[in-house]
Amino acid sequence: MPPVHALLPLLLLATACKPPPEQRPVMPAADAARGKQAIERVGCGSCHAIEGIAWPKGAIGPPLDGLAGRAAIAGRVPNRPDLLAAFIRNAPAVAPGTTMPAMPLNEQESRDVAAYLYEIGD
Amino acid sequence: MSPLISMRSATRMLQGWPPPLLDPAGPYAGSTTLLAWVLFGMGALVLLLVLAALWVALFGRAEQRAKLGGPTLIWIGGVAFPVVVLSLLLVYGLSLTRSLSGPIRGDEMRVRVTGEMWWWRVAYLDGDRQPFLHDANELHIPAGRPVVLELESADVIHSFWVPRLSGKLDMIPGRRNLMRIQADAPGVYGGQCAEYCGGPHALMGFTVIAHAPAEFARLMQSRLRASDASAPATPEAALGARLFQSTGCAACHRIAGTPANGLAGPDLTHVGSRRTLGAGILPNNRGTMMGWIGNSQAIKPGNRMPPYTVLSGEELGALAAYLEERK
Repeated sequence: MPPVHALLPLLLLATACKPPPEQRPVMPAADAARGKQAIERVGCGSCHAIEGIAWPKGAIGPPLDGLAGRAAIAGRVPNRPDLLAAFIRNAPAVAPGTTMPAMPLNEQESRDVAAYLYEIGD
Repeated sequence: MSPLISMRSATRMLQGWPPPLLDPAGPYAGSTTLLAWVLFGMGALVLLLVLAALWVALFGRAEQRAKLGGPTLIWIGGVAFPVVVLSLLLVYGLSLTRSLSGPIRGDEMRVRVTGEMWWWRVAYLDGDRQPFLHDANELHIPAGRPVVLELESADVIHSFWVPRLSGKLDMIPGRRNLMRIQADAPGVYGGQCAEYCGGPHALMGFTVIAHAPAEFARLMQSRLRASDASAPATPEAALGARLFQSTGCAACHRIAGTPANGLAGPDLTHVGSRRTLGAGILPNNRGTMMGWIGNSQAIKPGNRMPPYTVLSGEELGALAAYLEERK
């Protein structure tokens, strides 16, 4: 049996575990509360269910809880704070071919939104 | 999700919370607001009088209590006072509310607003009271002058309510109710259906935008030109234009100057310049447009647009690109 098969259960186990708080991505110089306001203002909920946003809970994009524990954004971009903020602001530039469009947020707002998304979903 | 929570979130997102009540922005809302304050004031005065009488009845001296139980006070406080006060309030209230619907000179700008489950059909009327421009869920008016609204309903009873511009008036099937609104200054004024009309009633919002008169005239001119339909500007939008016809959008939605001539849903000729989507509930951008087209049922459950989960992400983006060009 090739060794990769033997490792498979271990890999599954690894992805199922959330990183402990000190290893979670942290968004420097950003304000999660302002991020939540930005989420409401531009309507992220039209496509995504987001913890803490009572309405809307759109269904065509993935729910965004537990983002801090995910390995990748959009399934292929490394889950780093700077890349998440860039993806939130202009997704097609970071992950060409993604369904998510560029959103009307400035750089600071996209960092605030990233901070909020990293905080939720414990 | 309770309807209250959804209304609260939708309202807070676009108009602030609490809703802008008792904050008039024109003469008709002014008189309604004044009436509300007078009623609150009188109610508070009567409550104080009753509480004072109650206090005397419970804790007062014996001779005071005896006066309270006598027939004189009952005739004065129980019959004469309510008859006089309520009659005066009735006359005052009716004369104030009369000013909301009349007198109508006949030369005011006229717009027909039709309540539909769960959105608003808007038709700007010319001098012969014939529609010359169609829109939905949003009304543009010149500031500083009265605008007459012909309020109708296509299905059930709705109620038109833009709190900062006027009082409420029901939209009743088979009737045409006239109402005047006026905004003293340019600005954006939120509205809400105020008569329960089923399902997503709480998510039936409306936006009035008042412009300086010169700017308003320019807007109407540019809208008339846009009604000749400009060609899609990008290859993505061109794909969207083809999809609009082939996937069935055009069966319910009209875009002037194109074969899309459906009348069941909101007119989309100017959807790209609207401030909101879904009837006053979502901001209008590429993302919300895609989310609404892809699955509006998750956003406004029970609305009459089916989910289009068959569309790929690229197709949703193309449709949104085409629609956001429709100014």
